Amino acid sequence: MESNNKKAWLYLLPAIIFLGFFMIYPLIDVFVYSFEEGYNSASQSYFGIGLYNYEYILHDPYFIQALKNTFILVLITVPLSTIFSLLISLALSSISKLRELFQTIYFLPYVTNTLAVGLVFMILFKPTAYTDGFVNMLIGLFGINPVDFIDGPYWAKMLVLCIYTIWVVMPFKILILTSALASVNEDYYSAAKIDGTSKFRTFFKITLPMISPMIFYLVITGFIGAFKAYSDAVALFGTNLNAAEMNTIVGYIYDMLYGTAGGYPSYASAAAIVLFVIVLTITCINLIVSRKHVHY
Amino acid sequence: MEVVLEHVTKKFKNRDKKKDDIIAVNDFTFTIPDGKLIGLLGPSGCGKSTTLNLICGLLTVDSGKIYFGDNDVTYLAPEHRGVGLVFQNYALYPHMTVKENIIFPLGNLKGKDKLTKEEMNNKALEVAKLVQIEELMDRKPNELSGGQQQRVAIARALVKMPSVLLLDEPLSNLDARLRLKTREEIRRIQKKTGLTTIFVTHDQDEAMSICDHIIVMKDGLVMQIGRPQEVYDNPENLFVAKFLGNPPINTFKGYIKDEILYLGQDGVLDVKGLKDQEVYVGIRPEAFVLDESGRLKAKLIHEEVMGRDKSILFAHEGAESDTIRAIIPSDTVVSSKDGIVSFNLKHHKVFLFNVSDESRIYFGVDHGKQ
Amino acid sequence: MEKSTYENLVLKEAKKKKILDFLKYIFLTFWALVVLFPFYWMILTSLKSYSAYNSEYIPQFFTLSPTLENYSYALNEVPLAQYFLNTLIFTLITTGLMLVVTILAAYAFARLQFKGKNIVFTLFLSLMMIPNELVVITNFVTITNLNMRNTFMGLILPSVTSIFYIYLLKENFSQVPDELYYAAKVDGTSDLKYLFKVMIPICKPTIITITILKIIECWNSYIWPRLITDDQNYFLVSNGIQAIRESGFGRENIPAMMAAVVMISVPLILLFLIFRKKIMQGVSKGGIKG
Repeated sequence: MESNNKKAWLYLLPAIIFLGFFMIYPLIDVFVYSFEEGYNSASQSYFGIGLYNYEYILHDPYFIQALKNTFILVLITVPLSTIFSLLISLALSSISKLRELFQTIYFLPYVTNTLAVGLVFMILFKPTAYTDGFVNMLIGLFGINPVDFIDGPYWAKMLVLCIYTIWVVMPFKILILTSALASVNEDYYSAAKIDGTSKFRTFFKITLPMISPMIFYLVITGFIGAFKAYSDAVALFGTNLNAAEMNTIVGYIYDMLYGTAGGYPSYASAAAIVLFVIVLTITCINLIVSRKHVHY
Repeated sequence: MEVVLEHVTKKFKNRDKKKDDIIAVNDFTFTIPDGKLIGLLGPSGCGKSTTLNLICGLLTVDSGKIYFGDNDVTYLAPEHRGVGLVFQNYALYPHMTVKENIIFPLGNLKGKDKLTKEEMNNKALEVAKLVQIEELMDRKPNELSGGQQQRVAIARALVKMPSVLLLDEPLSNLDARLRLKTREEIRRIQKKTGLTTIFVTHDQDEAMSICDHIIVMKDGLVMQIGRPQEVYDNPENLFVAKFLGNPPINTFKGYIKDEILYLGQDGVLDVKGLKDQEVYVGIRPEAFVLDESGRLKAKLIHEEVMGRDKSILFAHEGAESDTIRAIIPSDTVVSSKDGIVSFNLKHHKVFLFNVSDESRIYFGVDHGKQ
Repeated sequence: MEKSTYENLVLKEAKKKKILDFLKYIFLTFWALVVLFPFYWMILTSLKSYSAYNSEYIPQFFTLSPTLENYSYALNEVPLAQYFLNTLIFTLITTGLMLVVTILAAYAFARLQFKGKNIVFTLFLSLMMIPNELVVITNFVTITNLNMRNTFMGLILPSVTSIFYIYLLKENFSQVPDELYYAAKVDGTSDLKYLFKVMIPICKPTIITITILKIIECWNSYIWPRLITDDQNYFLVSNGIQAIRESGFGRENIPAMMAAVVMISVPLILLFLIFRKKIMQGVSKGGIKG
């Protein structure tokens, strides 16, 4: 077939302009920033090239706090939400009545504004001058003393953040797992049934290996997503996350860039690259593990 | 083991809830003798796969009874029936090796039936040898050819020593050459194990070539049961006549007048004892005998030589299709006058059917079945 | 005798299945309640009057005197209507531009032959893995230096391209048989006309899907607008709600906050309920939140 070079590039031009300007150039630039020491955004000048920016953020207690928060969040929410969504998907795929209704309801959090619903969660968990709030009333039924989940102890705040994060990521996982379960050929189950395979064995020997690629896909995207957590925290604890001890790595990046502590694109860049390296490493580890355990 | 179905009926709910239920299997009664290979034959949607699923227990009957030997298994769960089932797409577990696939059913045994690893391996090797795949044991299913996958599927179905082996369209996923080979393989394995084997197919060649008996089905009803050649030679209705035979039977709309069968203007055959009426006529391709003074005159269209046979394609006003095919030995010289060929008919290859219910009308001295 | 044991077995199985089904429904209903409760609570609270809400020492599950005063209060106290309008403008223009860029690029990759096509496409795909956080810093500096803070241009331009959608559409375009293209070429149809008269109508379902996904993404975007706007006149709904959260309408007026939250959430929920199947299909093809 004849090639139409000029025409093709013309069609690609808008995409290339946008990507070049807002993606490829910034990508190179962020590395440059991260090595420019003492960059001043007003005068756009810097002292020298080196690793100082990295050294600074790695000694910054706020960054350490953000790192710690992010890791706790990731380690709690990724496994819990994956297992929980698997259970829900399994139950969902084995019923026929009301299935569509449940699926529709479960997907709702995906299409809602994270900030807006986060505000509702805050209201539910927060005690005010007048009342202990809904959740405290609930746990009061079990004889537990009220806790301030929004401005109170660290573990309480982390708990709310984890609960809200799980609530937000569940729709995507349920959707992916239900369609993965539906794609397993019914004949495999019939074959197992004829051989008298127990439900337990069918699940672990047939269902789980068959959907394992999708589970690993969810784990990988789950890790990436959780490492980039930010808006959930803002919704619950407000924009001053450092003060609330609830900052995340992404939050730290934005705070360095803009806001009360802002104006340090170099520190922000260094933090962004640290985040990128962490995510890349975790993804690679995931891929290596999945090579060993995903069966086809 | 003998398998008996008595008045078995299975209905499915129509997706469109306002419409009636679909009757997939309608008042099915037959006995499958012990140790025979039986073909369930019919066009797609005729209920043959449903019948198979009822026998193995994946579906439960709405009414009727199923017996394995003397045991009533109608409501028994599949795993207690002792059946082996080979799926159309084989349903081999893709994440397990051939060996793991074959051993899988053995791992379900509990209590006193529980086997040690070694016993399992031995059993697997035994069936693998039977179906000749012992050198493939460590491969994954996606590394096997279609024919090899088929053998693994059969091995997996056999490893539990079932009393009945069921095969659902076992050859449909194979290419033509492999199909021939595999169907002989199935026959060999069946002979060697002596298992009562039921296999479902829509391909009459397959069923005719290897089965002891065939059951022809249509729309959930049994059309005819018998030995393949018997059914071919003596179809009980127009459907069976049309369904069996390759190339297919030629059909005509004819009529009987004064004990002579007419196709259009031509009085082609004497039919003693039949009253005047309209009839459907089925004439097998091999029924035609070239004869210059023959009673059937037709317009020659075309000749085709294919190996040992020659096809003559011709047109006739009484035929239901545009062309009629006759098969004669390839060394026969076709002589035509002004493009018209004449034939006589072998009367035992000509079948008459009622116009009303398409059932067979027997005539004359030949078949003698009344 | 034997028959009755079979029937017993069947009965037992059926009973077991019933209990299991019951447990499943309980479990599923529990999660449905967890998902729905925040929505119920925000609607409920938005209907309670300020004084009624604040006099509840124990939160009440319903209200006997619903009022809409919070809605008018929220609309009057902060420029919520302005936020809506801004978000609408931002969403429509961004989505529109995205469609043009995506369709043209997908067409080039799927239909046209040119030197370096594979390299460019691979480059595009590898960009898909770059997290937004890496590029947002420079974009922030760029937009600031271009004096485009607090403008729609500044909001929109960096939000336009989505490589994933180019990829999705390219895959769909590639499925249109080549014969159609050659037939059109023989008839003397131009590429652009072919694109609009043949490709786009055939691939309409995918185009609708990516449009809806982009609308959702735009409506919920928070981080970039937060960086680039500090003038209320350019706030989007997310930033608006955050501003409301920080100020609490001056006096912790939670019912009014909830009224604002309801108003912000409703458009997307309606969109979802209308295009439920399309959205869920699109997302399961690989949409990732954030």
